[in-house]
Amino acid sequence: MTTVELPTYKPKDFASEQEVRWCPGCGDYAILAAVRKVLADMSAPKENYVFVSGIGCSSRFPYYMGTYGLHSIHGRAPALATGIKSTNPDLQVWIVTGDGDGLSIGGNHLLHVIRRNVDVNILLFNNRIYGLTKGQYSPTSERGKKTKSSPFGSIELPMKPIAFALGAGATFVARCTDVNRGGMNHMPAVLKAAAQHKGTSFVEIYQDCNVFNHAAFFYATEKDEAAEHTVYVEHGKPMVFGKARDKGIRMNGMRPEVVSLEHISESDLLFHNEKELTVSQILAQMTHPEHPEPVGVLRNVQKPTYEGQLTFQIDSTIEKFGGEGTIEDLLYSGDTWTVSE
Amino acid sequence: MSNESESVPDHQSPAAGSSPQETLESVVIRFCGDSGDGMQLTGTQFTNTSAMFGNDIATFPDYPAEIRAPAGTLPGVSGFQVNFASNDIYTPGDTVQVLVAMNPAGLNANVADVDPGGIIIANADAFTSGNLKKAGYASNPLEDGTLSSYRVFPVPISRLCEESLADTGLGAKAIAQAKNMFTLGLVYWLYDRPMDSTIDYLNSYFGKKKNKPELAEMNVKALKAGYYLGETGELFVNRYHVPKAKLASGTYRKISGNEATALGLITASRLANSELVYCSYPITPASDILHTLCFYKHYHVKTLQLEDEIAAMCGAVGAAYAGGIAVTGTSGPGLALKSEALGLAVMAELPVVIVNVQRGGPSTGLPTKTEQADLLQAMWGRNGECPAIVLAARSPSDCFDLAIESIRLAVRYMSPVILLTDGYVANGAEPWQLPIVDQLEPIEINHASEFNYHNDELDGDGNNCYMPYLRDENESRPWAIPGTPKLEHRIGGLEKDALSGNVSYTPDNHEHMVRQRASKVNRVADSLPPTEIQGEQSGDLLIIGWGGTYGSIYSATNKLLQAGHKVGTVHLRYINPLPNDLGDIIKRFKRVAIPELNLGQLSIMIRSKYLVDAVGINKVKGKPFLVAELVEQLSALLPAPTAGSNGVKEPSAGSGKTKSQAAVAK
Ligand code: SF4
Repeated sequence: MTTVELPTYKPKDFASEQEVRWCPGCGDYAILAAVRKVLADMSAPKENYVFVSGIGCSSRFPYYMGTYGLHSIHGRAPALATGIKSTNPDLQVWIVTGDGDGLSIGGNHLLHVIRRNVDVNILLFNNRIYGLTKGQYSPTSERGKKTKSSPFGSIELPMKPIAFALGAGATFVARCTDVNRGGMNHMPAVLKAAAQHKGTSFVEIYQDCNVFNHAAFFYATEKDEAAEHTVYVEHGKPMVFGKARDKGIRMNGMRPEVVSLEHISESDLLFHNEKELTVSQILAQMTHPEHPEPVGVLRNVQKPTYEGQLTFQIDSTIEKFGGEGTIEDLLYSGDTWTVSE
Repeated sequence: MSNESESVPDHQSPAAGSSPQETLESVVIRFCGDSGDGMQLTGTQFTNTSAMFGNDIATFPDYPAEIRAPAGTLPGVSGFQVNFASNDIYTPGDTVQVLVAMNPAGLNANVADVDPGGIIIANADAFTSGNLKKAGYASNPLEDGTLSSYRVFPVPISRLCEESLADTGLGAKAIAQAKNMFTLGLVYWLYDRPMDSTIDYLNSYFGKKKNKPELAEMNVKALKAGYYLGETGELFVNRYHVPKAKLASGTYRKISGNEATALGLITASRLANSELVYCSYPITPASDILHTLCFYKHYHVKTLQLEDEIAAMCGAVGAAYAGGIAVTGTSGPGLALKSEALGLAVMAELPVVIVNVQRGGPSTGLPTKTEQADLLQAMWGRNGECPAIVLAARSPSDCFDLAIESIRLAVRYMSPVILLTDGYVANGAEPWQLPIVDQLEPIEINHASEFNYHNDELDGDGNNCYMPYLRDENESRPWAIPGTPKLEHRIGGLEKDALSGNVSYTPDNHEHMVRQRASKVNRVADSLPPTEIQGEQSGDLLIIGWGGTYGSIYSATNKLLQAGHKVGTVHLRYINPLPNDLGDIIKRFKRVAIPELNLGQLSIMIRSKYLVDAVGINKVKGKPFLVAELVEQLSALLPAPTAGSNGVKEPSAGSGKTKSQAAVAK
């Protein structure tokens, strides 16, 4: 048996030489730090990571990682990532996108990268606003929101990124927040699980845009608030939440409802099952303020990956033909005829 | 309407053998009928048989955009024209000597193109009052004398085919579908063609692929029944024979432009010892490239059918970034959608090939018809100063050579390359002299693996860092791919620092980079072979063509030369950059004419670059140029031929037909 020396990294090894230029107090900083830490812990060779992004504040992310990076064009990162991963399946491909980049201009590409189950990790920074273009409403902005482009209030209904990903057939769906001032932050655990999942991992991260939509997610991140308004879901465990862990989610017919654990036992609660689509879909519909919003891994199942099948078809065809084709075979095949002088 | 004189049947020649047989140099046949009548298959089979027999061939499939337009109507007519010859031919023919019409609509839509005295074979059974009405006929043209200037052969094809297949026990519908093979058999007899290659095809297609041996048997039977009808039915006075063409010695196969493009791309990836990653979205008339490529998985060909044209372009950019031979294929509307990501490839300086099979536009336009109106879109249809290398294939087999050339240039110059073909070249077919594999030049790819620059601020002697935008002797940048230790770097669509590739908004750096990207593309011209001129090297008129009009312009030039005119023709394959010697060539001629299937796009380029008053000859009917119309319009630009020219001038040897590998950049 030979042993291979695995590289050991510190988070700073995943920093690039570039100065990070988000606004002070932006939630992106915390996400960057968490990603660097998670990658350092994973001990995969640094040169195998590629960060791909589109356009927006979040999409500057690749510049700040000391890995390979491609800062592409608006909304298209999933399509570029599909090309990259298909060409070299050994790479660890991460997509960093936002609610505008991923769900508006790039909605089609996001849908299809998930549907194909390309083995990439998607981090969707949801700040419910367009930051880089200075404050217009986004596909996740709430109806009635006053922004630069909706002075009388947005007339559009917001979409739910998690429900979108599930609808696209995602094999891994999770949610976390940039910070948690009310308890343990689940972001590292969620990112690690995403990285380890084979297939598309979709992670929605609630991210505070300190400048244009500050405090949009305070209900889910602040002391005294977070524990009351979020429920951390774990596979096989009942859905309990609250600062005193005194509340739970129970099914009432087709609808989830919040119940007090004073009179109801945990065994009557809804148990999380990340393999059962119906449970994930129920979670996806739970929104503040009616329900606590789920964080953690909402769905995690195994299905064949796109690039795995692509490679398999190539390998098995080569096997079937007893080897790779040659140019000679390629050209001098089919109906040919010879002309001689 | 004028016609290539050698193509006119020679009625005076003595009858040969038991069936009187005439020998002809070339014949143009057009098969037409409903789009459900199987005319494309019939034409293709006739073409294959003729090519295998040893004729020179050129084809022109012409079909409606609708998959099945209402049966019997004019919009539903599908046609396939094939010119087969014992001499060199360059076009499918201006006019046809034989029209095979499976219904009245086919006859009505095509009869105007038949030479006076030409043959019309019609399926008389389809000339019912209902079909006549749908085709716009008040009375039956087979009976009312309106076709008296042609030799008309009404044959009850449906009934005879039915009767010959009655004992197969198959249903009426299946039997009705075999009438194209019955017709093909009849035409095979008339033109003295062997049936075996079509029999092989029917057995393998119906018998093996579809696993319906009974259908294979039925179609073979129909084919033979048609053939025997010719032999015994005494319908025709004569049989015709078109001898083998005198092609250069070598091995040949019949090839269409789209097939040639696909094979060229695979060959290039193998020459580069790399994987082809073809990202595409279905679009007429480019889809056949995807269909062809997806069978060649054992050549390490990865075909990705993505969600839209934008994704297809982005997928290709991603593939290039990851180190693959990255290609996307499309047609005009798709190229429009790809323009943003194409800009990213220009900015990131990544090698991507975009094959654009042009069709009639604008918008959805004429999906199945040919046009050359995407030239300026390929040149300038992007935001910012965004230069790409642009090549244009001039014939079906030239698509092979230029597909390889596109990839060679893309990886050498780290630049997107747009390869323009068109519906006419893509779907048309010709005999292709196969290249000698050992003579194909390998494509060199050097992925960077080491530091390439010394930075004083960093530790270490010698090179101690990687600069992704450091230029080589071709002004090209290094290609370090993800997975390479120590060379981790970030690139993207924002303006790049001239060395590190980091984001830079500095005014001087931006101007430098804009000029650098343009300069790099212009550098390609230094490596181009000298431009070939067909005909006179100086004189009264220089004809400049590009793309799929090659055959028509070539033939027209020959006719003008034969008439004693002082004309020369340059057919451009390199459009951006234009060849360095083109300016001098233009100066050697008194006038310049530019025939194009658009309103004058190359004209705009030539006029602005060389300040020459070039005259455009423009056609936008979704159809290729006829040789005769080019001769007529070009003649009008020329002085009367000088006395003493006797019209025996042969075209210069170097500018012959692209049946073998043509010169490409070194
Ligand atoms: S605009 Fe908002 S999202 Fe963008 S960097 Fe500033 S705080 Fe962050």
